[in-house]
Amino acid sequence: MTPVIDLQEITKTYGSGDTAVQALRGINLQIIRGDYVAIMGASGSGKSTLMNIIGALDVATSGHYALDGIDIDDLDEGALSIVRNRKIGFIFQSFNLIPRTSALSNVELPLVYRGVRRRERRRRAIEAMSAVGLADRMHHMPNELSGGQQQRVAVARALVAEPSLLLADEPTGNLDSRSTRDVLDLMAALHDQGRTIVMITHEDDVAEQAGRIITLVDGTIAHDRRTTARSTVTS
Amino acid sequence: MNILETIRIGLQGIAANKLRSGLTMLGILIGVAAVIVLMAIGNGASVAVTSSIESLGTNTLTVRHGTFGGDDDSSRTQFKDLTVDDALALMDPVLAPDVQSATPVVSAATTCTFGGSSYSTTVTGSWPSYFAASNSTIATGTPVTTDDVVNSRRSIVLGQTVIGELFGDEDPLGQQITCGGVPFTVVGTIEEKGSSGFLDADDVAVAPLSTVQSKLTGYGSLDSILVQATSSETATAAEYEVTAILDERHGTTSEDTRDYQILNSASLISTVQDTIGIFTVLLGAVAAISLLVGGIGITNIMLVTVTERTREIGIRKAIGAPKSAILTQFLIESMVLSVIGGGIGVLLALLATRITVAGVTPVIVPASVVGAFVVSVSIGLFFGSYPANRAASLRPIEALRHE
Repeated sequence: MTPVIDLQEITKTYGSGDTAVQALRGINLQIIRGDYVAIMGASGSGKSTLMNIIGALDVATSGHYALDGIDIDDLDEGALSIVRNRKIGFIFQSFNLIPRTSALSNVELPLVYRGVRRRERRRRAIEAMSAVGLADRMHHMPNELSGGQQQRVAVARALVAEPSLLLADEPTGNLDSRSTRDVLDLMAALHDQGRTIVMITHEDDVAEQAGRIITLVDGTIAHDRRTTARSTVTS
Repeated sequence: MNILETIRIGLQGIAANKLRSGLTMLGILIGVAAVIVLMAIGNGASVAVTSSIESLGTNTLTVRHGTFGGDDDSSRTQFKDLTVDDALALMDPVLAPDVQSATPVVSAATTCTFGGSSYSTTVTGSWPSYFAASNSTIATGTPVTTDDVVNSRRSIVLGQTVIGELFGDEDPLGQQITCGGVPFTVVGTIEEKGSSGFLDADDVAVAPLSTVQSKLTGYGSLDSILVQATSSETATAAEYEVTAILDERHGTTSEDTRDYQILNSASLISTVQDTIGIFTVLLGAVAAISLLVGGIGITNIMLVTVTERTREIGIRKAIGAPKSAILTQFLIESMVLSVIGGGIGVLLALLATRITVAGVTPVIVPASVVGAFVVSVSIGLFFGSYPANRAASLRPIEALRHE
């Protein structure tokens, strides 16, 4: 079975010449479908760079990356935007909802860019909002929602397009302990439904929720271990 | 990604910042309205002056005695009078085939009184053909007739301004008025021609030539001869014929010694129209500059918007918005600003041009409405494209990192 993420000898260098900074030094990583992976590392370890590459927001300097069987290496900006739209659901630390736009419209947005018809879009957005338990907050503006609720809207937006991969960048970084619990429970439930999740975090207890923890140090993988918290759901 | 959705997103962006969008539109609005209104005023002035000249007749030439300008006359040995015989000579069907009629005119500045009211006007002494040549239509009563001229009757035909001043609402027909101490009987009235501010075509009083000469002016030179050409197309030909005949009769050898001058109303109209046209273009150009400034206002505000919404652009790109969607979104925002601004500007201009300014009724130039609107839309497209392109070219990771 093809892994969802297949990274081979990925390097990323910023700048050039004497000032060049090597953020990633040869990453080899396969993540199979239905896995729940936490990527850890101190600040400067290259985990954000790795997340950008996995998320098709940036391309590697060298190496080979296949997402869900698609080669990402040679794609241009336009093709990358299609990949992001169809294959990846982003969840950001700072929620990143579009201001002055209702929760439901925010959730609909990936489908708008995919060209899904209005009625179908609305139906799926309502479904996603119900899945994150916010069916009664659909017409609220982002600034009328609590942090935890905003992050759950963001999760709904990531889910709505049925991506191959949920990519979460410090999803609990801006949340209090109760909302953190809510969001982590939601992610666990999604994993139980068979979703593949990659989560970047620097908090040990958050990482322990995942089934596999990868630790980056200086742009290379230092540790890669499975936890007892979750089993891999294979389908 | 369908275009309607993009338009909807663009409209949301504008609605989110109502005051700013409104002020930006105001720039375009003022520009568009200014172009249309100023062009309409220029055009209105041209129409008004043209019609007031036309009310004197487009196919008429006025031969005036003497010359304009006070250059030194020492070289001129003879300064012949303009006579009734001159007028008769101009009606020669062989030498002047394009002249339909030639009417001698004398005028006397007098004060006319009726009852308690008095009014200073010019009494014109002429022939019956005066009415056709001066484009005057009899409203009530009769014109001055050949019989009146032959018998030197003291009958007079009045224009509406004179009637208003002397009689008010009373019927003037058959009444006795006194002009320059001479009693006249009002036999007819001339239909209103309308005035255009600087020239009142209704301030006239016409009496038989013979009467005015014998009682008011004496038998000196005529003031002018009103020549009617067979049509407005032949006016220029008639002018040459009149010149040839009068030069011959007056012994004129060169233009410098000519003792009369011909005013051609057709060429007067084109001169006036040319002059006003230049001013209209000048006004329009000034207004066009304000439209340009409005366009720069759009660029400015769109750049602010793009900077302010960099993060939003990053989010949209991260969840898969193609470059074209972002470009269209911001282009539509700037186009909507300019289309709404331009549209309201057109409406406002249509309203404003209903108001008469300084005696000039603005007449809208249809091309200026279409032109100003099209230019305002193009401005939206042109001045919006730089900020929109900048937004679309942002890299998602950098845009997302933007605070």
